[in-house]
Amino acid sequence: MKNTITIENIHKSFGKLHVLNGLSLNIENKEAHVILGQSGCGKSVLLKCLLGIFEIDSGEITVSGISVKDKSQSKEYMQKFSILFQGNALFDSMTVIENVEFGIKQSLKHKHLSDKEIRSIAEEKILAVGLQDRVFDIYPAEMSGGMQKRAALARAIAVEPEILLFDEPTSGLDPITGGLICNLLKDTVKNLGITSLTITHDLRVAEFLSDRVSVINKGQVAWIGHTKDMKKCGNEFVEEFYRASNVISARK
Amino acid sequence: MIATLGEYTLASLREIGRISAFIANGVKCCFTPPFYFKEILRHIISIGFYSLPIVGLTAIFVGMALALQMHVGFTRFNAEGAIATVVLIGITRELGPVFAGLMVAGRMSSSIAAEIGSMKVSEQIDALVTMSVDPYKFLVAPRIIAAVLTMPILVFIADIIGVMGGFLVATTLLDYSTGSYLAQTANNFELWDVLSGLFKAAAFGFSIASFGCYHGFSSDLGARGVGRATTSAVVASCIGILALNYILTTLFFGA
Ligand SMILES: Nc1ncnc2c1ncn2[C@@H]1O[C@H](COP(=O)(O)OP(=O)(O)OP(=O)(O)O)[C@@H](O)[C@H]1O
Ligand SMILES: [Mg+2]
Repeated sequence: MKNTITIENIHKSFGKLHVLNGLSLNIENKEAHVILGQSGCGKSVLLKCLLGIFEIDSGEITVSGISVKDKSQSKEYMQKFSILFQGNALFDSMTVIENVEFGIKQSLKHKHLSDKEIRSIAEEKILAVGLQDRVFDIYPAEMSGGMQKRAALARAIAVEPEILLFDEPTSGLDPITGGLICNLLKDTVKNLGITSLTITHDLRVAEFLSDRVSVINKGQVAWIGHTKDMKKCGNEFVEEFYRASNVISARK
Repeated sequence: MIATLGEYTLASLREIGRISAFIANGVKCCFTPPFYFKEILRHIISIGFYSLPIVGLTAIFVGMALALQMHVGFTRFNAEGAIATVVLIGITRELGPVFAGLMVAGRMSSSIAAEIGSMKVSEQIDALVTMSVDPYKFLVAPRIIAAVLTMPILVFIADIIGVMGGFLVATTLLDYSTGSYLAQTANNFELWDVLSGLFKAAAFGFSIASFGCYHGFSSDLGARGVGRATTSAVVASCIGILALNYILTTLFFGA
């Protein structure tokens, strides 16, 4: 199958700290891929390299044939993605519906739409993520974490991206809300039929959301496969990660 | 010792370079589309409208104190007659713009730095970038435009209130006759006194918005980083205002 995202041998360091050390990864079209790794292993850095927010020191990243380094197509490159940020990143000077509308207005695909059409798309998406119409005109700060996550998802899907990125989608949420959000993310990705890339340190989230996972260790991909094969994959770090995750779940 | 001094000098030069590049970019963005008019309007209201009470209060007290001081000083050599003129010139050329500038700097450059700093921490700036919105055009340019446009209006109002304050003290506490005080004020009114103050005000607005934005953008992550950025923004914009005031005064009125 055709690859959507190709990451080839990328390096990224901050001063003496080598965060990414020759990392390579291919993500197929319409795949639900999850990147697992310890806190501080460079998951967010990888995400920012992929988005071109951080410049990679060496290596190459291409998305549907466009290179991250190709400045002439940076807008097209960027608009292939929508990101659900770890902290939601809703604009707090705008109401929920203004946030979603703002996202749509920036998208090249929706350039020709009138304000009224944009408004109706925004309303539809907010309702689609399980929020009620009373949240349209309130500010993100007035909502709970779970509602903010939903609003951020509405903003992300409203622009009809090719690839959805989720950075720690359940962080800061209680287990029940986290579970609901995971279900919502899975359904959304399935309904839209698009590629998704999730970053997490939570094995259960990975099990639930992934077609394939890659485990990152020491700035490289230590292992790629299905979560069910993790237990006996032969890689010491991956097996350790698997055991530790299950010890924690068992204690709960 | 010399090494430390050298490092410190280099670090300061680097900082100055960064600030200049930031400000140059900010100014460029003020003149290149897209323009976010809704944002400009929002900042005009938050910088201009909500600063009115504090600027008004500052102006009236400064005007009153100035009249009192000049009265005490001028009676020493029997020049009480000049008090209206001195209040007028002092307020419009110097004290109106500088005090309003410092008060608005305390209020606004801190809030600009805090707002942008926390947007950085909560990844809102990354979110803008991923929507292919230039954060400079969306965050910096509207604030600079709003501050440069509203500061002269604020200072114009401060001028009127400050001169009124002087008038009130002179005519109620100090036994000046209303008619002669007003006549003297009117006779010595020079448009350039007021205009020069308004030019200064625009420059101060520029300093307030630029330093607020710069320190917001360069804030370290975390609440402590944002706190420090806020303080630095106020200090930098106040010093910027005082330095600009001296430079502009020399330009406008220097020998
Ligand atoms: N802008 C930066 N400048 C310098 N170092 C950075 C920067 N961003 C990240 N790092 C460093 O890179 C390393 C990886 O950070 P990263 O945020 O990617 O971790 P993570 O895997 O996302 O962890 P978590 O699960 O806690 O979010 C850390 O040691 C961090 O200190
Ligand atoms: Mg992270």
